[in-house]
Amino acid sequence: MSTKSINTIVDRRDGKLAMAHFYVAFIALAIGGLAGLLQTLVRSGKYELPWGIGYYQVLTVHGVVLGLVLTTFFIMGFQLAAVSRTSGALTDKQRMTGWIGFWLMTIGTVMAAVMILLNEASVLYTFYAPLQAHALYYVGLTLVIVGSWIDGAALIMAYASWRKANPGKPSPLLTFMAIVNTLLWIVATIGVAATVLFQLLPWSLGLVERVDVLVSRTLFWYFGHPLVYFWLLPAYMAWYAIVPKIIGGKIFSDSLARMSFILFLLFSIPVGFHHQLMEPGIDPAWKFLQVILTFLVIIPSLMTAFSLFATFEMFGRSKGATGLFGWVKKLPWGDARFAVPFIGMLAFIPAGAGGVINASHQLNQVVHNTIWVTGHFHLTLATSVILTFFGISYWLVPHLTGRVLTKAMNKLAIIQAVIWAIGMTFMSGAMHAAGLLGAPRRSSFSTYGGSEQAAEWIPYQVAQAVGGSILFLGIILMLYIFINLAFFAPKGEQEFPVGEVADAAEKTPMVFENWKLWIGITVLLILFAYTIPFIDMIQNAPIGSKGYKFF
Amino acid sequence: MHIHKFEKIWLIFGITTLLVFLSVIGVSAFYLGNQPPSCLATINPEKVDTTAPFDKPGLKKVEGKEWDYELVFVASAFAYNPGQVEVPKGAKVKVIATTKDVIHGFEVAGTNINMMLEPGFISEYVTTFDKAGEYLIVCNEYCGVGHHMMSSKIEVVE
Repeated sequence: MSTKSINTIVDRRDGKLAMAHFYVAFIALAIGGLAGLLQTLVRSGKYELPWGIGYYQVLTVHGVVLGLVLTTFFIMGFQLAAVSRTSGALTDKQRMTGWIGFWLMTIGTVMAAVMILLNEASVLYTFYAPLQAHALYYVGLTLVIVGSWIDGAALIMAYASWRKANPGKPSPLLTFMAIVNTLLWIVATIGVAATVLFQLLPWSLGLVERVDVLVSRTLFWYFGHPLVYFWLLPAYMAWYAIVPKIIGGKIFSDSLARMSFILFLLFSIPVGFHHQLMEPGIDPAWKFLQVILTFLVIIPSLMTAFSLFATFEMFGRSKGATGLFGWVKKLPWGDARFAVPFIGMLAFIPAGAGGVINASHQLNQVVHNTIWVTGHFHLTLATSVILTFFGISYWLVPHLTGRVLTKAMNKLAIIQAVIWAIGMTFMSGAMHAAGLLGAPRRSSFSTYGGSEQAAEWIPYQVAQAVGGSILFLGIILMLYIFINLAFFAPKGEQEFPVGEVADAAEKTPMVFENWKLWIGITVLLILFAYTIPFIDMIQNAPIGSKGYKFF
Repeated sequence: MHIHKFEKIWLIFGITTLLVFLSVIGVSAFYLGNQPPSCLATINPEKVDTTAPFDKPGLKKVEGKEWDYELVFVASAFAYNPGQVEVPKGAKVKVIATTKDVIHGFEVAGTNINMMLEPGFISEYVTTFDKAGEYLIVCNEYCGVGHHMMSSKIEVVE
């Protein structure tokens, strides 16, 4: 007999834990967004930073705070709420575990932030050795990761108690998805934890003199690509399992949704070399192997696209839509909970296509480390993912705080998304274009000694600043809506929508819950893709590098 | 597990396209030799200035090789040596570069030359400069406070 009751409302105590994560996430949005605005202004060439603040210091803030802090906190908060909603309230022990994770992450964030503010860590969020940050920066980032593992442990414990109470049954879809993403995160972060704990930390403390640069980069990118899927999968959770309920439709297929998540787990990790295509010391045949593995994630992406649009079309036709595209008109365009993530879905079409270009082995030479790449991940992370996170917030925040999304806020939310789309079209579009002309990413304003080529990039940089300013307006609106939903919106009950499976869909096979199998294949694929190149790197390693502080 | 007929068609179409696409870049890489720069040679980054060919940066005519010239660059924070170089139009050139300190980028804007320079490793790329003009070399990997000032120039002359 199950001792846990499944409610349609997230337990209030779990809600507080999730909201704690969201407060940090939205503070990060404010700080990181401001940093982003300043970067685009500086790079337009019309503005200089005051008080001796460095461009690369601001750039480090932007990357760490948005790429690591906002994402990890929001995702963990969302997943805690989703598991509590679909598998029942957390036990006291699980909730306590979650709080420990939260505080470790928060303390780590503060440590890293202080070091960045003191200009002791202007090494960007990728912290490539041999640029050497203060040891406390590395300790801070380690705490963020360890804290996220503990948060993840709370989720896994909650999943285990659900399975125990419901033997032989497939877990609730949202719980299952949160668990896949948590496992993906844990397997991936082992790489970055290894380079920080065994290489960078002892080296920055002076315990060892030299660091192996290529090994450190490889461990970083072993983590760096699955990181983007860790961002994306919570958006997919909303697209697959929540948006269908919001529009009043059904989930197209529970089994296919689970299968696509498992495929992401398998194919998103052994692919880090596609970030290292241009570097020496790695045999091109191994690079190509990882290019192939990279492209296998196209399959679950195609499955996702099909499922989403099948859900939309089935819903539209059930409402009497006719013709090839008549169903489009039946979708609830006035509902921010649908319309905002939908804009995110649309952005994923050019974003995904750009990603295919980036990973295309020799084609990468044209765009590697140009601002094209920045344009690319501002479509994936900063549009598809973040607009979906905003879309989730519009119902989840009031749900957790016992308030409602009012009509006025709903309207503002749609305006916010439109502003975002316009700003991003300017910024990301100009970044893609300038990148094709050769403009480098992660660089302050420069005329490169009056070069004619560099002069061609400047109009695009001005367009980026225009886009960046529009986007900052979007951030202010978002923060206003968040504060309203968290503290001021009228009291009431806002639904936590959880989709139901379409009648035609069949029973979910239990094989998807066979973690020994999936983790086993994941590990085998990783060993296959990395063992030999890693042995090569270590056997043929040049003398290591001393640390440099060029900031 | 049931898969809808339309989804099967969609996936077969998608996967076929993917296979064609992968074959194209595979043939380009392994048959035509269009591999990304992946030199496996190493060097002591603290002795770059005394190690050949980096003891004499710049353009050098070579005989009996698949390329006509070798163009040697040494990168360090925040400059390239040489700071400017002339290359004859139509010459097949092997660009050879390394770094003395942190990681730098080596991107010749408007060409396909784009490679990472990492301490301890040599990076190489063979190319033909078949259009005259001035090409800007930029560092496209963050290397410190002067990163955006780090550049050089290749002039392709008739």
